[in-house]
Amino acid sequence: MNGVADRLYTIRFKVDETSHLVIDDQQTCLACKTKECTHFCPADVYDWHEVEKMTSVAFENCIECGTCRIGCPEHNISWVYPKGGHGITYKFG
Amino acid sequence: MANEHFDAIVVGAGPAGSAAAFTMAKAGLSVVLMERGEFAGAKNIFGGVIYRKQLEDIIPEFWKEAPLEREIIEQRMWMLGEQSVVTFGHRNEAFKQPSNCWTGLRVKFDQWFAGKAEQAGALAIYETVATELIREGDRVVGVRTDREDGDLYASVVVVADGVNSLLGKALGIHREWAPDEVSLAVKEVIALPKEKILDRFNLEGNEGVTIELIGQTHGMAGLGFLYTNQESISLGVGVMVSDLKKKKIKPYQVLEGLKAHPMLKRLLQGGETKEYSGHLIPEGGYHSIPSLCGNGWVICGDAAQLVNFVHREGTNLAMTSGRFAGEAIVEAHQRGDYSKAGLSGYDRRIAASFVHKDLKKYQGMHALLRDVDPTIMFDKLPYAVNEAAYQMLLVDGVSKAEKQRKALRGIKNATGGSMNLLKLGYKGWRAING
Repeated sequence: MNGVADRLYTIRFKVDETSHLVIDDQQTCLACKTKECTHFCPADVYDWHEVEKMTSVAFENCIECGTCRIGCPEHNISWVYPKGGHGITYKFG
Repeated sequence: MANEHFDAIVVGAGPAGSAAAFTMAKAGLSVVLMERGEFAGAKNIFGGVIYRKQLEDIIPEFWKEAPLEREIIEQRMWMLGEQSVVTFGHRNEAFKQPSNCWTGLRVKFDQWFAGKAEQAGALAIYETVATELIREGDRVVGVRTDREDGDLYASVVVVADGVNSLLGKALGIHREWAPDEVSLAVKEVIALPKEKILDRFNLEGNEGVTIELIGQTHGMAGLGFLYTNQESISLGVGVMVSDLKKKKIKPYQVLEGLKAHPMLKRLLQGGETKEYSGHLIPEGGYHSIPSLCGNGWVICGDAAQLVNFVHREGTNLAMTSGRFAGEAIVEAHQRGDYSKAGLSGYDRRIAASFVHKDLKKYQGMHALLRDVDPTIMFDKLPYAVNEAAYQMLLVDGVSKAEKQRKALRGIKNATGGSMNLLKLGYKGWRAING
């Protein structure tokens, strides 16, 4: 078990159609020197794309911990819970 | 459901919410227990250890029916070097009768506990997110949900929505938590045959062991843990988010590092990871606790930062705060006064209890972890202690006096010299005796 994909495979997801995580302003990401969200997220939800100059959000992988909301140095991520009954369901917890 | 009015709405069916709902429903109040997951515990994880005392205060002899894993008879503390460990621990038959604590798994346990609240008469509503609080003037009068026609009204709202507590933020009682007020924990549940667990940890029957791990967190403030379940091991590591931000290390890589450590690897050998999970732990301590009640609302558990991270106690504080909130609301209900003053029985109970006293004792801990270079306590010192132990036990012709000098020098150097070591010792003492 090395990458995050193997790990996320152990969790049941019921993916919503729309993202519960929204980058407020991609210009802020462009100016962000550290791009920390691409490291500290335990589910690798965030990725920076150099060519497109944008942060992508794989919200379907989100394990709903909240670290990005608190950790983003610019508070540039709008974070709400997935709709009721959506998102992750643990089997052990 | 729009027009119905309840005595209380509890948001979140974790240990705090279920304790509050159970207490109120048992006293005859009409209670809604609202949970965003498919069932209670669906989105919840913890280390985790469930202590007897605080749950017994709510449900006597719960251990006869609750889904628990192993009865913990031994607690170990391991200070890890790169390929070594200095150990400390305590095993005692006295931890059996009565039991002190058990390991548990949240999905089973939370469903059981929420079920108790339902049996007592609470109405559980699952798959429903409380999106905001409904207010009239300076009073909270209900909860808006993501269901159609999803406004629910009640005399009081119990905010037990966990560490992220969006409702707590909406109340304005805490600003967003700072990155040094929370730790991110990632955990794996690793399946292992029962016999292997018994053999590897020197256990019989239902006995269990917990191991707390310090060191090997890449110099970040944080602790690892390894707990024995019936047929699995819970292995995890929590690190302060402010440190994680700086290090640019993926949280699961820290966990992977621990799994590869020679001391841990052999305990996990042959195991299969059944689940990966992650969760924030409130670690702001005493000074991060917000006001606990207001007109028409109370806040409990993780949402109120009620976690004693020094002793890795959270679930029990959550349950006790939920019970206190429930009891205070029952009093408020009897008087028909749900104002801040009417609910102040909650404040009073917390203040008089171990919850407040324990968090106050460690009130300096958060500042210590925030202000002292984490590489000293979580990297250099564990290394120096391991090196000192190694050198003292290695027989290689060097005199014991020389070895002792070297060992002490190593520990002094780890903290940046004698003065710093003394200061750190003093600060540490103050932090745990505030």
